[in-house]
Amino acid sequence: MTNLKITIDNKKIEVPEGSTVLDAARAANVYIPTLCDDPLLEPFGACRLCIVEIEGYRGLPTACSTPAADGMQIRTSSAMIATNRKTSMNLLLSDHPLDCQHCVSNMRCDLQYVAAYVGVRGKNPYQGERRTYELDESNAFYNRNLDMCILCGKCVRACDEIQGRQAISFGYRGFSTKITAPFDLPIWDSSCESCGRCVDMCPTGALYDKTELKHGLPTGETKTICPYCGVGCGLIVETRNGEIIGVRGDGESTVNEGHTCVKGRYGWEYVQHPDRVKKPLVRKYLLEGKKKSEIDRDSSDWDWAETSWDVALDITASNLAQIRDRHGADSIGFMTSAKCLNEENYLMNKLARQVIGTNNIDHCARL
Amino acid sequence: MSNYTAIRKWADEEVSAQRADKARIAIGLGTCGIAAGGNAILEAAERTLANNTEINADVVSVGCIGICYKEPLLDIEIPGQPRLSYGPVTPGETKKILENVFLHNIYEHKKSLAVIGDDAFAEIPSWNEIPFFAPQERTVLRNCGFIDPEKIEDYIANDGYAGLSRALLDMTPEAVVQETLDAGLRGRGGAGFPAGRKWTIAADNIRALKESKSDLPSYGYVICNADEGDPGAFMNRSVLEGDPHSVIEGMIIAGYAIGADFGYIYCRAEYPLAIDRLKLALEQAREKNLLGENILGTDFSFDIKLKEGAGAFVCGEETSLIASIEGNRGMPMPRPPYPAQSGLWGIPTIINNVETLNNIPVVLSQGAKSWAEKGTEKSKGTKTFALTGKVQNTGLIEVELGMSLRKVIYDIGGGIPDGKEFKAAQTGGPSGGCLPKEMLDLTIDYEALAEAGSIMGSGGLVIMDESTCMVDVARYFLTFTQSESCGKCVPCRLGTKRMLEILTRITARHGKIEDLDALEELAPSIRDSSLCGLGQSAPNPVLTTLKYFREEYEAHILEGRCPAGQCKALITYEIDPDDCTGCMVCLRACPTEAITGARREIHVIDPELCTRCDTCRQVCKFDAVLVA
Repeated sequence: MTNLKITIDNKKIEVPEGSTVLDAARAANVYIPTLCDDPLLEPFGACRLCIVEIEGYRGLPTACSTPAADGMQIRTSSAMIATNRKTSMNLLLSDHPLDCQHCVSNMRCDLQYVAAYVGVRGKNPYQGERRTYELDESNAFYNRNLDMCILCGKCVRACDEIQGRQAISFGYRGFSTKITAPFDLPIWDSSCESCGRCVDMCPTGALYDKTELKHGLPTGETKTICPYCGVGCGLIVETRNGEIIGVRGDGESTVNEGHTCVKGRYGWEYVQHPDRVKKPLVRKYLLEGKKKSEIDRDSSDWDWAETSWDVALDITASNLAQIRDRHGADSIGFMTSAKCLNEENYLMNKLARQVIGTNNIDHCARL
Repeated sequence: MSNYTAIRKWADEEVSAQRADKARIAIGLGTCGIAAGGNAILEAAERTLANNTEINADVVSVGCIGICYKEPLLDIEIPGQPRLSYGPVTPGETKKILENVFLHNIYEHKKSLAVIGDDAFAEIPSWNEIPFFAPQERTVLRNCGFIDPEKIEDYIANDGYAGLSRALLDMTPEAVVQETLDAGLRGRGGAGFPAGRKWTIAADNIRALKESKSDLPSYGYVICNADEGDPGAFMNRSVLEGDPHSVIEGMIIAGYAIGADFGYIYCRAEYPLAIDRLKLALEQAREKNLLGENILGTDFSFDIKLKEGAGAFVCGEETSLIASIEGNRGMPMPRPPYPAQSGLWGIPTIINNVETLNNIPVVLSQGAKSWAEKGTEKSKGTKTFALTGKVQNTGLIEVELGMSLRKVIYDIGGGIPDGKEFKAAQTGGPSGGCLPKEMLDLTIDYEALAEAGSIMGSGGLVIMDESTCMVDVARYFLTFTQSESCGKCVPCRLGTKRMLEILTRITARHGKIEDLDALEELAPSIRDSSLCGLGQSAPNPVLTTLKYFREEYEAHILEGRCPAGQCKALITYEIDPDDCTGCMVCLRACPTEAITGARREIHVIDPELCTRCDTCRQVCKFDAVLVA
């Protein structure tokens, strides 16, 4: 594949064929404001903020949708560009509640940042009707506050292009346009799988995790791997005061490029749950060497008791051996887990077939 | 004998057999004719024939001939005599005229319109002599109102499919593209992009695709854009209803020229008659091997599917139209890639307007040179317009490009009714602009209209007189574009909303002079940064009215006055004591009991109770109700 030589704001750069002007600008470290573009999504051209001037081109093409061409001369700022960006941004803000301090996206809001970059200062010259909707709290994990929505369409495209679900789309027309689930029903009644990708991509506070309402900004972040299955998605765990307050996909992970399923994205509350079992538990009578037939199940003998791994595994091993000897190897079955590594699953296989001597082994992923 | 010669022979025989010694009574039954009461005329004609069995005639329905203000129309064609046209006729008059003509050889009637032919007949003038038709040039409307749109033989007998035959049998695809380029035919949907250039780009892309891939079901598409949506425009509807085969023939030729194998007609669902006639025409064309596999015995295969739109104006924009055919929401996508590079399902696609495609068979059958004789240097050919509004003669007209607005309005249109003064002509629908009387001598061509701040558009031409408020007109068009904006891009969705709010404020007496600055700031931004043509052209009505009628805006804002007397918040109704006779007519008609007074006493309107509904002014026989 040939490289294209282009010039952006007097910077010369080479980009691969198929790049857009915005891709090229990113490669050249030239900032172009945008609210509707994401490198993972197809160009959309809705926010009209990434307008640039290209020699030989009519008007103000959008960087996100214009394919880079060899020899292209691009200017990312001019009086004309600034005026049009300001108008677009003022128009956007004229239909947006300006109560940033109470917004969950405060300080992490693309709209806030881009507005500051574009430089809308003072009174907004455009005032008028604002769209207001009822808060949609139907989803178990995230809320939709469409008052905040700027209709960049990232959620729609993330759902379609990344998750392949098409749970939401644009509905209605003109000023009344909004993002809707089919038949304008609450999001919980749609085919949404709660992967949370739309929430991650939302540039405003229109989509946010319910947990975000309880905390301020995270004070720490930890890169890790999702414990749920063998895919090995990269996660970033957000913490505050030593507690997990949120999880998002790791955009730098080549495995998932920031995407997760509902479990990885939202299934983390067990980590800090008071009911979580952190050490092996065995019935108390087993620790005392009693026989099951001898004890009263209403007595404290039947209670769970904490112990060490060694003790717990010894008890398990000896009981399994007993069962095999008494009832035969096929009276035992093994179920392995997607949460385990391939190596661990392999070892389980060995244990079942060679040590115990049964073919009764299966895996949760088959269910 | 080629297949076409055989088909042509069949059609000629059919038509002459149908008409041999038999008269033809044609009733205009386009949507317009039906709306004007055409079906009752059809029934009256059939009844008259049933009661007078000695009359040897068939009653047929034809499309619209364009003279809307004379609907319903009754046309009589007797073998050996010129065709006579009457209108507007009532069922009673229909009976009388038919009996006069057929039983008593009396041709003239008070409803005689014209002889549809070159010479006068029985004291009835030729249509070349009557002002509505004389300046017109009928290329696009060549068959509308003449042929029975439901009979393919009528179309073929009038040189139909001759252009296709020439293209397929005598020309290479490249030569067909060249012919279209030579003709200089520009897209009739509004933007005026040369059709031949669009075809060249598509043909190149289709060729490249065929070389690179061998397993695709289709390599190119031809789409006919029949999503006519401008308020007051009905050019395409009339063509589809009156001459559906001309569009189908144009599509097949286009398909052959660019190497496409399939076509879609995207027709708005609000045109049920056009859809029925297109469906029938497609079936007939397939039966005659003019559509489908191995057309006219050649290697070329092409078929067409009809797709009904779901009522979104924006789907007239080509990328939205493609999205709609693909089953998605009609929303535009950024170009490039242009549809000619990557269109429907990612395949090179050309999208041409109904009227563009309708011209193609003529270009091919007459040759580019002959076709291009009409028109100006850069705007060739003829153009249809839906002439409506405050003009004497409304209707569907077709004129040579380059004619002056004045000629269209005063000669064809017969001027402004009720002795009022012309104020503005609106071309191009919600995407166009309002041109003042200083521009009456502007020639109608793509460049001149664009320079004046308007556009050719698809052919809407609304005439306004002194009683039209230009601020209100701008507000009306913004209401339309705002509610039809797809909502995708910011300048269009929110910019048109804010402009509409400002215009509404001005017409409601709440305007401020700074509002004009805001409009002048918003309009160019919306024009320059919107994603598609809808948003880019939405400010035109505002920009042109601000440019040419600024004093009206200022009168609203600074003087609290609507010069045209239209904006309800800015006008008051008063009764002139000198003219009022105390007849009580207005008093009784007033829906809010705002008028008081006794018989033979001067009446008074209470401005608090008055809703400015205008009823009193309309019912007053003495012009005593004044609006100020």
